[in-house]
Parts: sequence; structure tokens; C-alpha cells
Amino acid sequence: MTVDVSRHPLRSLTADRWAVAGGVTIVAFLLVAAAAPLLSGLAGQDPYTYDLNAVSDSGAPIGFGGGISADHWFGVEPMTGRDLFAIVVHGARTSFLVGFAATALSMLIGVVAGVTAGYFGGWYDRAISRFIDVMFGFPWLVFVIALGAIVPAAFPKQLLIILVIGLFGWPGVARVVRGQTIALRQRTFVVAATALGAGPGHLLRHQYLPNLVSTIIVYSTMTIPSMIGAEAALSFLGVGVPPPTPAWGRTIGDAVAWAPTDPMFLVFPGTALFLVTLAFNLFGDGLRDALDPRTIR
Amino acid sequence: MLLSVQDLTISFEAGGDLSEATRGVAFELRRGRVLALVGESGSGKSVTAMAILGLLPGTAAVRGSITLEGEQLLGAAPDRLRELRGGRIGTVFQEPMAAFNPVFTIGDQIGEAIRTHRRLTSAAVRERVGDLLGTVGLDDPERIARSYPHQLSGGQLQRSMIAMAISCDPVLLIADEPTTALDVTAQAGILDLLRELRGRIDTAILLITHDMGVVADLADDVVVLENGRVVECAPVARLFAEPAHEYTKTLLDAVPTFGATRPAPAAGAGILSIRDLVVDYSSRVRAVGGVSLEIAAGEVLGLVGESGSGKSTIGRVLAGLTPVTSGAALVAGTSPVTSTSPVTSTSPVAGISPVTGTSPAAGIDIARLARHPWRNARALRRARSGIGIVFQDPASSLNPRRTVADSIAEPLVLHRDLTVAQQRVRVGELLDAVQLPAAMGRRYPHEMSGGQRQRVAIARALALNPPLLIADEPTSALDVSVQARILALFRSLQDDFGFACLFISHDLAVVEQLAHRVAVMHRGLIVEQGSTEQVLHNPQHPYTQRLLAAIPVADPQRQADRRAARVPADH
Repeated sequence: MTVDVSRHPLRSLTADRWAVAGGVTIVAFLLVAAAAPLLSGLAGQDPYTYDLNAVSDSGAPIGFGGGISADHWFGVEPMTGRDLFAIVVHGARTSFLVGFAATALSMLIGVVAGVTAGYFGGWYDRAISRFIDVMFGFPWLVFVIALGAIVPAAFPKQLLIILVIGLFGWPGVARVVRGQTIALRQRTFVVAATALGAGPGHLLRHQYLPNLVSTIIVYSTMTIPSMIGAEAALSFLGVGVPPPTPAWGRTIGDAVAWAPTDPMFLVFPGTALFLVTLAFNLFGDGLRDALDPRTIR
Repeated sequence: MLLSVQDLTISFEAGGDLSEATRGVAFELRRGRVLALVGESGSGKSVTAMAILGLLPGTAAVRGSITLEGEQLLGAAPDRLRELRGGRIGTVFQEPMAAFNPVFTIGDQIGEAIRTHRRLTSAAVRERVGDLLGTVGLDDPERIARSYPHQLSGGQLQRSMIAMAISCDPVLLIADEPTTALDVTAQAGILDLLRELRGRIDTAILLITHDMGVVADLADDVVVLENGRVVECAPVARLFAEPAHEYTKTLLDAVPTFGATRPAPAAGAGILSIRDLVVDYSSRVRAVGGVSLEIAAGEVLGLVGESGSGKSTIGRVLAGLTPVTSGAALVAGTSPVTSTSPVTSTSPVAGISPVTGTSPAAGIDIARLARHPWRNARALRRARSGIGIVFQDPASSLNPRRTVADSIAEPLVLHRDLTVAQQRVRVGELLDAVQLPAAMGRRYPHEMSGGQRQRVAIARALALNPPLLIADEPTSALDVSVQARILALFRSLQDDFGFACLFISHDLAVVEQLAHRVAVMHRGLIVEQGSTEQVLHNPQHPYTQRLLAAIPVADPQRQADRRAARVPADH
């Protein structure tokens, strides 16, 4: 077995063409999200202003491809005539905010639960594991829809969505991290550190976490797209981000009804959602290969 | 000529680079002969065997010629190669446990091997399986055929594997390290079986091994490989009597041989006292059944035994890793702050003050503490600071994500109040003591060789200057020439540092080089203990005698005499 010692993780990542493409796409979307008001402002648009001149009496956009023009680069929303380009670029903000925040929340809970369960074992592990099983089987979608009806209207809807999908997203991470921790517990270098007299704090910080970091990072990049997808799904069902805040999922939900007459209304937000999730998955895949020091290429 | 390998060059392509595993390897093998391919890891001996079997991965490029009974094997059709494998060529692998499928019985698996090459009725297959298992010297072939792999011992499995390899009357038997995973008494039985089979079924054996004792016992001709090249090719008697090549000499010199034992040191204070130790892994499995041992300061006790004898369990108990059922393991209290002061000294050994051992009776009972590792965490930690441990496999005992310097500094971080600069100085001293350049500290374990990693593990174990070191088979994962250097280092470190040591090993020759006293374990009990001289040169217990007789000696003539004198070993 030969291992190339000169290869830095970053170098093997940049050698992976698909991972680079994924990374570039993610960065591009992040820039778009950050500069959303500027970008939509170039043509003098924002995602809230109605433009009833751009739609016919039946509500369908006037012109080619759902009303694509110099003013409306992606066309307009049927019925209201709001600028679709502004909606898509602002929608990226919602998707990233929810995706990152919910991922951070579920990774935090999942890693803490998984590492402690794997490390301490015994009744604590059994309790956590059973709880994870329950969480896996929990009909969270039904729960969230019901929750939407109960929570007071004053409670910020975006925060609620982050909390809900974050709090339901951690069991997968916890199970993976628990398994890895148990595997690490039997590795000789962990036994060696224990035999040197290392306590739980030292073991977790210096022996377990450095060997879990790549798993955590890779799992995070793989979780972000599923969180973005979950937010889109909730918005699609009408229990997600409330109007008029732009969200890809809700636009896609609206567009389904218009698909026969105005297909471009579905294509633009759909493509954005597809590109972002694919990009994160490609990047995560490349990251996993690059971060394992024993990966041989 | 049965098998003829000419100018065999195998290269692997990895990441655009071409690395050659063998260069111009050539040898010939006749019927009824045993040819040994000898070399250390990376010498290309296993790759050569895989090339004969046509089992190299797709990244390999092979040039040269391999002919079996005049038929060219390189570039032969896959169908033809499949026909040959298991038909004309039988193979015995290193790990019998891994080579069998755990969910089928032995009989089913041997039967399948037969049916692949011959059309027989199931009754005929069953009969043939029974015959084969009898041929390889297994009592009660019926029961073996009905058994699953996990129900058999390593020796029984390896015999079954040989039965499978000879099931279709091969003209060539390739044995890739056939006894490396086995205990020495089981190894002796397998070597006898192979020798007998060679005569009985008139097959040629290509033996791949790193063990010169095995070569001396079984081989007729020897091919020595170094870095993919044949450096010497000679009949076995001449190779051992007058090795022509420098590398062969090094290899032979590195083999630990029986000879002078270490004189016992002046009696020191007791460091370790184990009394009536009993360890049960479950209500049915008793790993250690009442063991008492004493180790004095500066003394090396060799604990020898075969796998499953409980010797490693004792090491784990002393590290506080395994709860005991009953008994005590008293470790002398450590003198607390001896090794913080000398960090500024430049000499690796100076400043490491001799440890003043107290009577172990006043020491800490690790066995009692380990029963409640959480409740006794603090006391256990203190006890552990006085014990260093070196594990068998250096590749897995170092954290792959931390630099070597970080690993060595770990005990200092845990038990000493040193500044980062002081730690760095101490790590430099320790690297120097194990004869590694200080720059190595920045490397990660996967950037080092096996021998270098084991040096690092030893440096870590000695970081706190512990009065007691536990070494659990520290050299058995290493090549023989590396092992010789590590043993020499270990011996000089022991002289300089003066730690007491529990040296656990299955290799009696290694133990003889290091230990002052030897204890022999068998099925959880110590059957004999005494000075090294006494136990290894004048053994009293029949098990010790059998163990010593089973070791193949790296000298064909002497080995033949020993074999003749040996009482038949049970398997």
C-alpha cells in the first residue's frame, strides 16, 4: 500500500472535477443570495412589487417564456406579475438560511447525543438509542402541519421551521456518530490513551473528535441539501415560509398548477433547487474522499 | 519442469506513477520439491504468487513468462485460468479463519470446490470430502465436515483449507504464509502435514514465507527476494551454511536464535505483585484462572504462551482495562515528580532518575480500582501514570489524526504540568532515545514505516519514565530484520532507563534475548516459571517441553534432528 505523503486534502479536493464544480456552484449561489437586492435592483425589480401590466386578464404572463423581457429576466409570476428573477434570487436567501441553521442545530444535537451514547454506553446509550428509534419513526410532517395551526401567529415562522426541521433532523447524525464512536473505542490508540490515564474530556477532545471531524463535515454537507429540501417541501405544502417572503418551495408549489400554460414558472425555481442540492451532494462526496488520509487514488 | 517463471516483472500504476513490485524474477520448480520464496514485506513474494494464479488487480502490468507444465499462464484466457485454479493449482492462504465463508459448513465448502472441477454425485462428493479430511490428519472427518468455521481451531481450519487445496489432485500447491497465523504447536503439525503430502500425492509446493525456521523445516530450494529482485537462489542446506549474498546473511543474522540468556539483575524492590488473579469474560469463559506473579525493579519477566492462553489478558488487567473476577494486582506507588526536572538536559538518558520503588504491598491495587473505573477514576489515573504500555500493532496504536510528537507528548499533557516548550524538549529527548531524528516528530503515523512507528510507541510509553512497562507482543507485527533492531533498542533502553518490564510474547527466542525470568502460560494458568536459563534450557513441565520442541530452528540439519526427536504433537 502506498500513500502519497505530499498530498494535502485541499489538493486532492481540487483534483476532483465534480467536487470543484459543486463547490463553485455553491459559492455562486451564496454570492447571489448575499447580493440578492443588488442583483434584482439592476433591472429595477424587487420580489414584492406587483406588475399587473405584465399579466393578461386571465392572469397568465404576457410574452415569450412566461414574460421574459429586458425588465423581467426570468419572466413574471402569473396573477401578480411579480419579477420571477427577484423571487428566485431572494428565495436563495431563505433556502440557505434555513438549510444552514437547521443543519447546525441538528449536527450539534446529533454529535453530542451520538458521541456521549457511544462513549458512555450502558443504560444511557440504550435510552438514547431507543429515543433515536422513536424519532426515526415519528410522523414529523403531520406533526409540523399540526404545529403550524397551534403556534401563535406572532412567532416568527422562519425560526419555527428551523427549529422543527433541526430538531427532527438529528437522529441520523447521532446514529452514525454513535457507531463511529463505538468503533473508535475499540481501536488500539484509544485503548492506549486510556491506559495512559486519559480521562473522558481528554479522550473526547484529542482521540475521538479529531477522528470524527471528517464524518461530521461530510455529513453536514450532505445534510444541508436535505434540510433545504425539507424547507421547500414544507413551503410547497403551504405550511412553510409564509407569503410574501420568497421561497423556492412555495413558488414551485404555485407553479405546479400553471405548468401546462406557463412551464418556465416551474423551471426557474426548480432548476435553482436542483442545482443547489446537487452541488452540495457532489461537494460532500469529494470532501469525504479528500478528508480521509488513507484514501488512495 | 513443472513450473517455470522467467524474467517476471510486475508493475503497478498508482496516480500516474509506475512502481515495480518485482523485477526480473526467475525460478523453476520440479515435481515433489518444495521451493520457498523468502523475503520481508514489500519484497514481492506474494505478488509473484498472485501472478501465477492470475489474480493480480487490473492496475498491474505483468511482463515475462510463467509456464505450468509447458503451458503459458500469462495472457491465458480467464476460463482456462479458472480451470487451473483449484484444479491443477491448489492454494493455501495465510488466514484460515478469513478464507472460509462463515455461513457454510466446511464440508459444503470443500464439496463446492470439488464440484466446480468435477462432475460427481453428491454421495461421491461427500465420500471424497471425508477422505480428504482424513488425509490431512483430522480425526473424526464427519464431524469436521458438519462444522462451521467458527467451531474449529486455527490448526483444524488450516488443515481443512489444505484438504480443499488438494481436493482436485493439484500438481502445484501454493502456500502463502500457511502457518503465520497459527500457534507454534499447530504450525509444527501443519508443516509436518505439508511435508508428508508432498511425498504422498507427488505435488510441488511453492512456499511463501518470511520465517527462516519454516524454510529450514520444509524447503528443498530457496529463492530470496529483496525489493522485488532475486538476490539469491540456492538449495536449502547451502543457503543456511554459506549464504552468498549480503542480504541473505542479514536476514539469517536477524533471526532470533537460542543462545546466551540475560543474567538476572541484582534483586531490586518489588514493583509488581499479582496474587491469585482470576478473570472471567463471561460465566463460561475463564481467561485467567488464578495466576500469581512478581516483578522486581529493573527486571524483565517474559510471559509466554499460545493464543488464548490468557497472557494478553494479564497485560490488560495491569493497564486497568479489564475488570477482574478476583485476586489482586499491586503496583508500587510511583515517585511523583521525578521527570519534570530533567527536561532541560540534552542527553536522552541523563536526568531520567532511577525510580525508587516502594514495596508493592504498599502500592495500588489496579485490579480493585478497575472494577469501578468511573468511581476510582482519579486513583486509576495516578496508577496508570506509573505504567507504560507498548502494543502489538504500531499502525493502530497511534492516532492517525495526530502528529507523532503530539502522540508522544500525550502522557506529559495528561500527567505533568509542563509548558509547551518543555514538552517539546522532552519529546525531542525521547525521539533521540529511540533513535529517531527530531524532524520525524512532525510526521503522521501513515508517513512512517512499521519499525519507526513502534519506536514512537516505545517513546510514548517511556515519556513519564514509568517504573513498569508492559510490552504486549511488541515485535510480532514487524519484519524480522526490523524486529532485531527494535529488540536491540529495547534492550539498551531497558539498561539505561532501568524500568521493570512484563514482556508478553509467543516467540520464545525473542523472550530469551530480553527476559531475566520467564513464566509459561497455558489455558489461563502458569505452568512453569523461573530464570530464563532454567525454563528455556531445562524445561520441567511437559507443555513447556512441547512448546520448545515445536519451534522450527533456522538450521535445516538441526531442525531435521529436532523433528526426529520430537514427540508427536497433538493438534
